This record gives sequence, C-alpha cells and structure tokens, in this order.
Amino acid sequence: MFPRSFEYVAPADLAEAAEALASAEFAKVMSGGMSLIPMMKLRLLSPDLVVDIGRIPGLDQIEDRGDAIAIGALVRHAQTAASDAVPAALRTAAAWTGDAQVRNRGTTVGSVAHADIAADQPAAVLALGATMVARSASGTREIAAADFFVDALTTALEPGEILAEIRIPKAGGGSAYEKLGRRGGHTDYAVAGAAAWVQRSNGSISDCRVALTGVGTKPTLAEGVAEALIGTDGSPAAVEAAAARATEGVTLLEDLYGSEEYKAHLAKVMTARALTQAIADA
Amino acid sequence: MSTTSVLGGVVKRREDPALIQGTGLYVDDIKLPGMLYVAFVRSPFAHARITSIDASAALAMEGVEAVYTIDDVRHLGPVLAQVPIGKVRPLLADGVVNHVGEAVAMVVATDRYLARDAADAVEVDYEPLPVVVDLKEAATDAVKVHEDLESNILMTWEAGPFGDPDAMAETQRKIAEAKARDDTVVVSIEAVNQRLIGTAIEPRAVLADWNPGYGRFTVYSSTQIPHALAGAIAKTFGITYNDVHVVAPEVGGGFGLKLNIYNDEILVAFASQRLGRPVKYTESRRESPNSTIQGRGWIATATLVGTRDGEILGYELHGLCDMGAYSQNFTVAIPFLGVFVASGQYKFPTHVKLDCVATHTMTTDAYRGAGRPEAMYYLERVIDAYARKIGMDPAEVRRKNYIPADAFPAAVSPVGFAMDTGDYDKALDALVESDGYRQMLADRDRMRAEGKLVGVGLSTYVEVCGFGPSGLVDLGFSWSEYGAPAAFSGTGLVRVNPDSTVTVVIGTGPSGQGHQTTWSQIVSDQLGIPMERIRVIHGDSEESPFGIGTFGSRSAAVDGSATFEAAQKVRAKAAKIAAHLLEASEEDIQFADGGAFVAGSPDKTVSWEEIATVAYQPHRLPEGMEGGLEAHSIFSPANATWPFGAHAAMVEVDADTGDVRLLRYITVDDCGNVINPMIVDGQIHGGLAQGIGQAMFEEAVYDADGNLLTGSLLDYVLPTAADLPSFELHRTVTPSDINPLGVKGIGEAGTIGSAQTIVNAVVDALESLGVTHVDMPLRPKRVWQAIQDAKGGN
Ligand SMILES: Cc1cc2nc3c(=O)[nH]c(=O)nc-3n(C[C@H](O)[C@H](O)[C@H](O)COP(=O)(O)OP(=O)(O)OC[C@H]3O[C@@H](n4cnc5c(N)ncnc54)[C@H](O)[C@@H]3O)c2cc1C
Repeated sequence: MFPRSFEYVAPADLAEAAEALASAEFAKVMSGGMSLIPMMKLRLLSPDLVVDIGRIPGLDQIEDRGDAIAIGALVRHAQTAASDAVPAALRTAAAWTGDAQVRNRGTTVGSVAHADIAADQPAAVLALGATMVARSASGTREIAAADFFVDALTTALEPGEILAEIRIPKAGGGSAYEKLGRRGGHTDYAVAGAAAWVQRSNGSISDCRVALTGVGTKPTLAEGVAEALIGTDGSPAAVEAAAARATEGVTLLEDLYGSEEYKAHLAKVMTARALTQAIADA
Repeated sequence: MSTTSVLGGVVKRREDPALIQGTGLYVDDIKLPGMLYVAFVRSPFAHARITSIDASAALAMEGVEAVYTIDDVRHLGPVLAQVPIGKVRPLLADGVVNHVGEAVAMVVATDRYLARDAADAVEVDYEPLPVVVDLKEAATDAVKVHEDLESNILMTWEAGPFGDPDAMAETQRKIAEAKARDDTVVVSIEAVNQRLIGTAIEPRAVLADWNPGYGRFTVYSSTQIPHALAGAIAKTFGITYNDVHVVAPEVGGGFGLKLNIYNDEILVAFASQRLGRPVKYTESRRESPNSTIQGRGWIATATLVGTRDGEILGYELHGLCDMGAYSQNFTVAIPFLGVFVASGQYKFPTHVKLDCVATHTMTTDAYRGAGRPEAMYYLERVIDAYARKIGMDPAEVRRKNYIPADAFPAAVSPVGFAMDTGDYDKALDALVESDGYRQMLADRDRMRAEGKLVGVGLSTYVEVCGFGPSGLVDLGFSWSEYGAPAAFSGTGLVRVNPDSTVTVVIGTGPSGQGHQTTWSQIVSDQLGIPMERIRVIHGDSEESPFGIGTFGSRSAAVDGSATFEAAQKVRAKAAKIAAHLLEASEEDIQFADGGAFVAGSPDKTVSWEEIATVAYQPHRLPEGMEGGLEAHSIFSPANATWPFGAHAAMVEVDADTGDVRLLRYITVDDCGNVINPMIVDGQIHGGLAQGIGQAMFEEAVYDADGNLLTGSLLDYVLPTAADLPSFELHRTVTPSDINPLGVKGIGEAGTIGSAQTIVNAVVDALESLGVTHVDMPLRPKRVWQAIQDAKGGN
C-alpha cells in the first residue's frame, strides 16, 4: 500500500490553492484525506500534485447566512452531525458516516466532492436542494445539487475547481435520512439510503424532495416519489404509494451487498421510512 | 501452593503497557544498517502460463538491487510443508500461476516505495488457462488445478471410527438401518461454511540478515512457530539448525495465519545471502488476503436420524473442503481436526467423509478453530433442525444424547478418540438455568407478541486442543518436515538468577495471548517470588530449548505444564538449600512471600536473595550439590484436552430489510482450571468476535475467474466492538486429568461455539415464516432472500 511519488503543497488561502490546482497536469484537492489517501495507496489514483487545503484558516465554519446555512470546506462530519443549524437529514447522514475516527477527520464537503455511489451525505444535500459553491483561479461558480452528481465518483466540478462551501437553503419543512449500512443497522456505507425533505401547508404536502444513495450508479433524486406525494395528506398510505415509485429513473447497481431486486426493494423501504420521519418533523 | 497464590487470580496483563503505549517492538520496527526492501510482482490471473518476464525496466531504476524469479531460486526447492500432500508451493511461480496474487517475481530495492514502483515496472506476459474456483465443480475434475496431479481431490478423510474399517462399516450399517425404520425422522442440511480471511492487525513481516563471517542467519519474523521456521530455513539452505536464529518479537495477531512457513520467509533469507545485506519484506494489507493463508471453505451435508422422542440414532457429515491451489504447513490436515470432533459431545454413531479439494485460489490452512468450528457448525445446526422437527426443546435433545459424565475418564468418542474429562450436562444446565437465558426466552416471547421477529439460538460444543501427545507424531504432529522431528511436547525452563529474579524460557510463539502474565503466575505460585521479579522469554529459537509454538490452544496445557514441573524442580532444590542454611529438615521447608521458612518456626527464615546467592556460590552449598538454580522440563501429555461449553444468542430480524441485530450473547465455557480469569475472558471475547464475524459479516468471495472480490477491508467486513453486544460470560470448571495444572485451553472455544449459535437464533426468529436454514454470513440481502423464498414457498 505505497502510493506513487507525488508533490504536495499546503497553501495558506483559497486563492493560492486554486492557483496550485491549476499549475499541475493532474492535481487533487485533499481535505480530510479519508478517501483520497486510500485511493492513492491502492494506486487507483496517482496525482502529480496534492493540494492540501487542510491548513487554510476559516473553512471550518458552519455559518447562518440568513437565507442559507453555509458549510465550509473543512467542516468535519462530526461537526455537521452536532450542529443544530443543519437540517436533520444532513445531520443524521453525517452522524452515520463511517466511525468516530472518520467523522473527526473526514469532511462533509469532501464526502460530497468525492461522490461515492454509497456515501450518505450526497443524498442529504440533494434532498435539501443545496447549492455547491465552486472556486477556481478564474472565480466562483454556483452549481445546483441536482446538477452536481454526474456519475460514480464524478461531479460537475472542473479539474481546477475547489468545492469551497455547500449552501443549504433555509426552506423550513422537515427532513430525515434513513439507511441500511453495509455492516447492518446504520453502520458503514449505505447498501441503500434515502434522504427526504417535505414541506407542509394547510394539512397537505406542498413540496418534497427525496434522494437515494447506494442503490444506483450515483446519488439520485427520486422525482417520481415527490411527484406522487405532493398534494397528498402525507398519510401512511400516501407515503407507501409514493415510495413505490422510488426507483423510477434510477439505474440500479448490483454489488456484493445486494441484487438489483433487493436494492429496489430497500430503496422503497428506506424512502418510506425517511418520508414518514420527515413528515413528522415538518 | 504458597499462601499468596496468584494462580486463578485476575492479574492485569504485564505485556500491555508497552503495547498500548506503542513501544512494543514488531518486525517492521526493526531497521538494520544497509537494509533492503522487498516487493513482489503478483499474478493477476488465477491460472495462466507465464510466457515471459521482463525485468529490464525495473533493473534500470536507480536503487533496485535485484529482481529474482524462480530460475534464481529453483535449486532451493519448494516451500516446505509439514503435510506435503497435494502440490506444495514453489518459492516463486514456476511456469504457471495457480491463484491470483501468487508471487511471480521478487524485487529488492533500497526503499519500499521504490521496490513497489519497480515491481509495477516488471512486465510479465501470461497466457490464461481454464480456472476452477467452485468447490463442487473442482471435485468433478472437469478442470484440473494442476495438470500433473491425478485429481483435484487431494485426500479423503473418513472416520466412523477413524482407522478401523470394520467398525466403520458397522457404523454405516447402523445409520442406514435407522434411516430405513419408519418410526424415525431424518433431517438433512446442506450448508456452506464460507472461506474466511484471518486478518491479523499486524500483517506478516520478515527480516533476514545473513552474516557471511559467522555463516549464520538472524531472522525476525512475525510467526507463531519460530523454531519450526529456523528448522525450515536450515533445511532449505543445507545448513544446520544452529546456523539460524529466529526471533518472533511482538506478534500482532496470529489466529493460525502465522502458523506456517511462507515463501517470503525463505526468499528474504535467500536475497540477504545473495546480496550480503539485511532484507525485509512487510506484507501490505492489500496483498495479504492472497499471500497469507485463508481459512474454512467447506460445503457439506449434515444428516441426522433419530426417533420422534429425541433419541439420535446416527449422524453423517459428508462434504468438500477447499484447500486452495497449493498445500502449505497443515493444509489437508485441517479437515482432519474436524474429524476429531465430528461427533461432538454425543454418543450416537457418526460417519464422516471429507474430501480435500484443490481450487485456483489462495491456500487454506489453520484459522482460529481450524476444522473444529466447521464440524461443530454442521453438528449443532442439524441437531437444532432435528429438535424443531420433533418439537422438542433444543437443550433437552442435546442432553438426551450426550456422553454421560460417568463415562469419563474412559470415554471414547464415536469417531474413535479418547477424551480427557467432560461433564456436558453441567455446562448446559449452567446456561439454561442462568437468569440471562431465562430472560432471553421471556423477552423473545414478549417481543414476538409485539410483532417483532426475535429468536434465541442455542449451541453446545466440544473442542479438542492442547496438542499434543507424543504418539501423534505418527499422524504428522511434529515438525519433521522442517528437520525437527520433535513431538508436540511442551518445554519450560525456569532459572533463578543470582539476584533472585527469575527467567522463564518457553517454547511458545504467542501473538497476544498474554504468556508473559500467565507464565509469571504459574512460576510465582510455585516459588513465592513476586511476578514483577519474573521475566518470561518466548518466541526465540536460540534462547529456548526446541519449542513447538503457539497454536491449537496448546500453550498453557503443554508448555504451561512443562514450566510448572520445572518450577517444582527448582522449588525442590531451593528447599534443599534453605534446609541446609536453616539447619532444618528439607520436608519442613515452606515458601512464602520473599523466601523460605521452617514449618512451625516462622522466625527461622531465609530470603530468596540468600538462597539464590548461595546457589551461585557452590562452596556454600550442601556437599555434592551442583551449583546454579534452574531446571528444565519437557511435558508430553497423555492426550489432547477436550474443553466444552454452551452458548446462547438472542437476535432480532428486520423483516423489511433482512437486517439482523445481535441483542444478547451468553456463554458457559469449561476450559478446566483457570490460571487468569481476565486472560481467559479476553480469549473468549476475541473468539466470539471472530465466530460471530463469520456468522454475520465475513466472507471471502471469489468470482468465477478467481478474482477475490473482497480483498480489501472496504468489502471484507470485519466485526468491530461497535457491532457486538456486551458478552455475558459464565464458566464451569472440569479440570483436565492429563496435565498437572488441570487446564484445557481457551484460545479457540469462542469461535467453535458461536457461529451456529447465531444461525440457530436467526432460524428461530424466522421459524414462523417457514425459514429452515440461511447460509452464513447472515448479511441482510441473504436473510431477506431467505424470507422471500420461504414466502414464495420454495
Ligand atoms: C473507514 C471508513 C469508513 C467510511 N464510512 C463511510 C460511510 O459510512 N458513509 C460515507 O458516506 N462515507 C464513508 N467514508 C468516507 C468518508 O466519509 C470520507 O471522509 C469522505 O468520503 C471524503 O471526505 P474527506 O474530507 O476525507 O475527503 P478527501 O479524502 O480529502 O477527498 C476525497 C475526494 O474528494 C476530493 N475533494 C475533497 N475535498 C474537496 C474540495 N473541497 N473540493 C474539490 N474536491 C475535493 C478529493 O480530491 C478526493 O478526490 C468512510 C471512510 C473510511 C476511511
């Protein structure tokens, strides 16, 4: 488990980091290093340059910006999990990410940028309708979460871009995250996970977003579920009917942890469970 | 025993301060001047012909000292194996590779990063050949693993009882007869006991240093068998045992993985000799699953026939055991350890037939329990199924069929082995009458009433360990293939130094079992010298008389007994010296804290310091007595030991997901006398974690091309403390009668008793849905599928 040789820089601010990133043919950002370093040790990834943003001051804050909660690039999973400002779906997803060591080292933004097909927090930011703020040598750009996850381990970030923060709109409503982890319960990457956000007005569901992880080739919005649920009373029967549409448009992926059939089933179970909680929370 | 006996007391492990502070010395910590590093080029194919190896690019890299292939080392012969049945492993692939990860070439370089880069730069061309991974397919010989072997079936173990064809025929006749009766029921389970990757926290590491002036090797290896390794190196290089010094420093987990001679251990020695520099290889986590032996890997059918009122009339265990591509230390002998305990703690006629089958996968060998967890799994699964079928309490069925306590000490198991001591009712009663077990049953009923799927599983077990009797040499229990035909006896040397500290030297190679502590207790108890003044040396081929190593739960029963006897001899001599100094009679001398005194005259004392000093000043000794104060014993037990116990688990299953939660786990283990309860409990905890790990999480999965799909810890799911409940441990004590300490062994009991307990519990939980069996590991997908299949009526 020895990586190929590489250059390493630890810039003092984001501008310097963006410049460094642009300077090499194949550069990678490192935040917590929890996923990057194993990939390098396995020689699955061999960047020429590692740009360690871990020493840049000020990126480790969760800020209330009035209309949004901004999560900085160095906010650890444990911080996200413990913050009252963060909606329940993301808080829970962060709390169920890995083990204590991973949560104290890995970052929410790093997990989203990494875009593992079975990661927890990408589903939560999708369901919460977050905005990704990307920084590069040429400036800043905003990307909607719904446009961010392109494929397994692939996002809309360009090679020279750093994901500087994630903004979660303060839209009210209730949210929740549910998953079955690879070692059972909530532990380890998701065999199937569902994040749900709902808004209620006048006794019916006025808005809703559900996102799945683990079951397909990327974290995906389950649009059919939202479509089915909006306008209903959010009763158990309505949730059940909506959850039945969980895998519409999802490319299911069989792996060591489950067949397509099983994953499709789990997607529905997790969707129903997450929705039930989100509605109770709304 | 002294008045301040530490035997049987909870004594904190003396080895832990160094280990938890990170100052323990492991092989990878050792750096010698001029040391070179090794990386291996490994096969990406499970079966292929090597058409060319081009190392020129690697050799051109600055700092690469050598790249070796089989042509450089063929003269040394293959890797020595104690049971060389099947194909033994060549030092490096010889023309054909036979499993993914097989070492093809060895790169030696000035640093480990460079060695890895250079290994990647070696170009090897392969011509793929047909692959066979599936055990049943391999058993048909449709694809041969090795063209030059007659069959993939390397060996068949058959017993009922072992070694007596007439008695075996009689057993088979009885079983057939019972099956034919119309008042009996027959229950049969075909089950997979999956392959496991042992995963020691410290992967294997070896450092060899050839000194041409001395003409000797010094070798540091993370091994359980340092003396055997010294023998194997000597034999391979045509030198003597005296020319090799093997040290096993701290060993970070063994579990049987390091009970083996590995090609890399020989190859680094070769490279050191060739290059005149120390050479080290540290296995990486990623290569370990395919470069260190794996365990288990059986598919077998357990069939049981009995009456409707719980009398079992016969049992058959017929199956296939995966050996992998090459045979190493014990490979084909591991299933035989299953034969040993195939009939368990029961008295019914038993017939076992196990075929040892080669496949294009990594070698299997001893993994914690080695053969015994497999045997106990099938036996206790099918007994459970039988109890369900006849509607009888699972404890009652077992009790009805036990070998009774009064059959001991003359008990012989139906498969033909004499057992030391046993009282199976006692352990089972202790379990089922415990508050915990009663609560489990009550909670199960309550939770079921709430609509939950909850189950309680029970298993009892017997184990054979503490190897072993000298006579077992005829069955291969010696290190004869490594040039050391010594029986698996124990060795213990106790030396009181001139300052009255004690050095104890034993022949074990522990990997976390706490020998420093346990042996100090044994010796302190005999001599009345405090533990702090006792140092235990192990894992060193030169310091200790020939030692067998640590495995098969043998160390306390065998080397512990030797040490006990040596300490008794020292005590006897010290009593003579004390009697001489106190002008008393030897019979009146007693030992207490710090020295000896005369019985009845507690003021007539002499300190250990004084006794030790006099021992090393021979002119002060009684006439004719030799100087010094030390003794050595070899202990050869009359039998192996047979621990036993009873386990229970309570689980809840999420019907929607198949997720299994282990709620509670209770054990009653009987390992004979207990030297240190805390160490014994620790061994049970670790064993349970690994047994439960097999039941719930772990599985080495190969695809049809022989690629290991679970080769990293991302996908090979190991249990962690967070996945396990707090274990509730109880014990009964039935001392062994074949060693002076009355101990049996506890290293493997946890794995032997637990996997089937969990599966029995899950089947109990799913009984109402019609599920009768689920194969391990009980991953959610599999449990869910079993529920679907039962619902669908298949
Ligand atoms: C033992 C273990 C268990 C785990 N279990 C889980 C789990 O249960 N659920 C789960 O979801 N995850 C799990 N993970 C992954 C963990 O959450 C990682 O921390 C996370 O995936 C990556 O975060 P990081 O900050 O460590 O990123 P890094 O490892 O530093 O980076 C990961 C990738 O993202 C890129 N990147 C990181 N930050 C940025 C940025 N700001 N801008 C642009 N690119 C960036 C890097 O270049 C790299 O490609 C586990 C990891 C481990 C080691």
